[in-house]
Amino acid sequence: MSFQFDDELYRDIILDHYRNPRNKGDLEPADVSVSANNPLCGDEVTITARLSADGSSVAELHFSGRGCSISQASASMMTEEIEGKPLAEALKVINKFKEMMLAEGDVEGLGDLEALQGVKRYPVRIKCAVLPWNSLLQGLTDKAGTAT
Amino acid sequence: MAETVQTLGAPLDVARLRDDFPILSRNVRGGKPLVYLDNAASSQKPKAVIAALADYYSRYNANVHRGIHTLSEEATDEYEKARRKIQAFINAESPSELIFVRNTTEAINLVAYSYGSRLREGDEILLSEMEHHSNLVPWQLLADRSGARLRFLPLFDDGTLDMSALPGLLSERTRIVAVSHMSNVLGTINPVEEIARQAHAAGAVVLLDAAQSVPHLPVDVQALECDFLAFSGHKMLGPMGVGVLWGRRELLESMPPFLAGGNMIMQVGLEHSTYNELPDKFEAGTPDAGGAIALGVAVDYLSAVGMENVRRHERDLTDYALEVLMGLDDVALYGPKSADSRGAVIAFNFADIHPHDLGTLLDRDGVAIRAGHHCCQPLMRRLGQVATARASFYLYNNRSEVDVLAEALGHARAVLG
Repeated sequence: MSFQFDDELYRDIILDHYRNPRNKGDLEPADVSVSANNPLCGDEVTITARLSADGSSVAELHFSGRGCSISQASASMMTEEIEGKPLAEALKVINKFKEMMLAEGDVEGLGDLEALQGVKRYPVRIKCAVLPWNSLLQGLTDKAGTAT
Repeated sequence: MAETVQTLGAPLDVARLRDDFPILSRNVRGGKPLVYLDNAASSQKPKAVIAALADYYSRYNANVHRGIHTLSEEATDEYEKARRKIQAFINAESPSELIFVRNTTEAINLVAYSYGSRLREGDEILLSEMEHHSNLVPWQLLADRSGARLRFLPLFDDGTLDMSALPGLLSERTRIVAVSHMSNVLGTINPVEEIARQAHAAGAVVLLDAAQSVPHLPVDVQALECDFLAFSGHKMLGPMGVGVLWGRRELLESMPPFLAGGNMIMQVGLEHSTYNELPDKFEAGTPDAGGAIALGVAVDYLSAVGMENVRRHERDLTDYALEVLMGLDDVALYGPKSADSRGAVIAFNFADIHPHDLGTLLDRDGVAIRAGHHCCQPLMRRLGQVATARASFYLYNNRSEVDVLAEALGHARAVLG
């Protein structure tokens, strides 16, 4: 029996980020630090970020944690995508990504992140993909809340 | 009813048994035959059980213990008949010692609330490090309410209990000892007779979480000398929604009600009520009568096959599965390495593939396993794992399904290993 490498879930780019995670390790000190876990499967992720001097953009974004390939690859891809972006734009990307995963949002402008679309066919895994994004969203929102 | 009446000592005719379970012939994921290895989470149901539910709702559905009409009388008769079947199945002294509840979790909560109401500050509750959350969290809440302290019987690295620690943990302060009869992760079958003997000598009562043992091993509550036994119907070929608490009559009689409402009362005044006899005292409200009746049919089925035969078949299958898994590279197995001291539950990790990924990849080959912490987060920490994969077997599983599991693991390695 031959195995089909179909593989809409484990796309090459996801496997690459899983095996060679980018921006892994906690930033210390950090302006934003949020930990979260998915109690269903035990995925753990910590997101740390430093903002630019004027606080207007995400200067550095790292993640750490352990978990399945989807949660870890999603976190890695997120750090690459968001790092360097002005806060408003970062929030826009986060919301667009969540829309793609949780609703029927279009994928235009999401670049490599589009690869995570395949996860939608595995409903129990969607939480894995969204976990790091929710953590970052919470961190940035809390930061904005304390700044104003 | 199983037409497959087994001769004691003969191997199970698994091919014939499988015909009794319609779901086992379905395909998943684009034509892959289902290989159902998630029995520790919930078992599949034979036709006879499904038919019993349909029969109940087609012919005699009515509320039990209330009506004076034909349907209610028939429903009540069958409901009580099911109680007596289960009484015989676990060799309880009296049917009034069996309380129908929703599941093991509710049974344990009943004891934690009702028997637990007599605990005071300074009392101790002894559990083990391998408990399912349902035999841990109810006791944590009781400790919070009463000021009692939780203590834990430790584990050896091989997944067996360190019984040498037991005498030091038991004292006149110990009021309740609540342990798993068989671990839902490690498969370990615990020496519960010895635990009960020592606990009783210290003056404590013993509750066994038998969610994994009653479906898979011959269980005799009088031989086990425990005081409470909790199990679920859906893990033993019965429907979801019905489980059983067995308790010693004198203990149940001494305990206050848990849930209050209809059926559990004798006389109700505005300020005060008196409670019904056992088991009704603990069965407030309308029960899942159809479910209990179908559970009685599941017990008929298991009895016809013979629990000794079920155990022997699963021991052979577990030995085979352990051998096959140990023959693969990069497998970490948890729990005892011989099927003599374990049931047909095998937790493992493979090739550094996260169990959740493994679950998804095996599912593509039609193989259903559980992945995660199995409602045992403290045990996972004890094992140094965030999660594991778990394959668990039942009387209808066979060796070729173990081979499919091994093949599917090979496919998973090709993708993620």
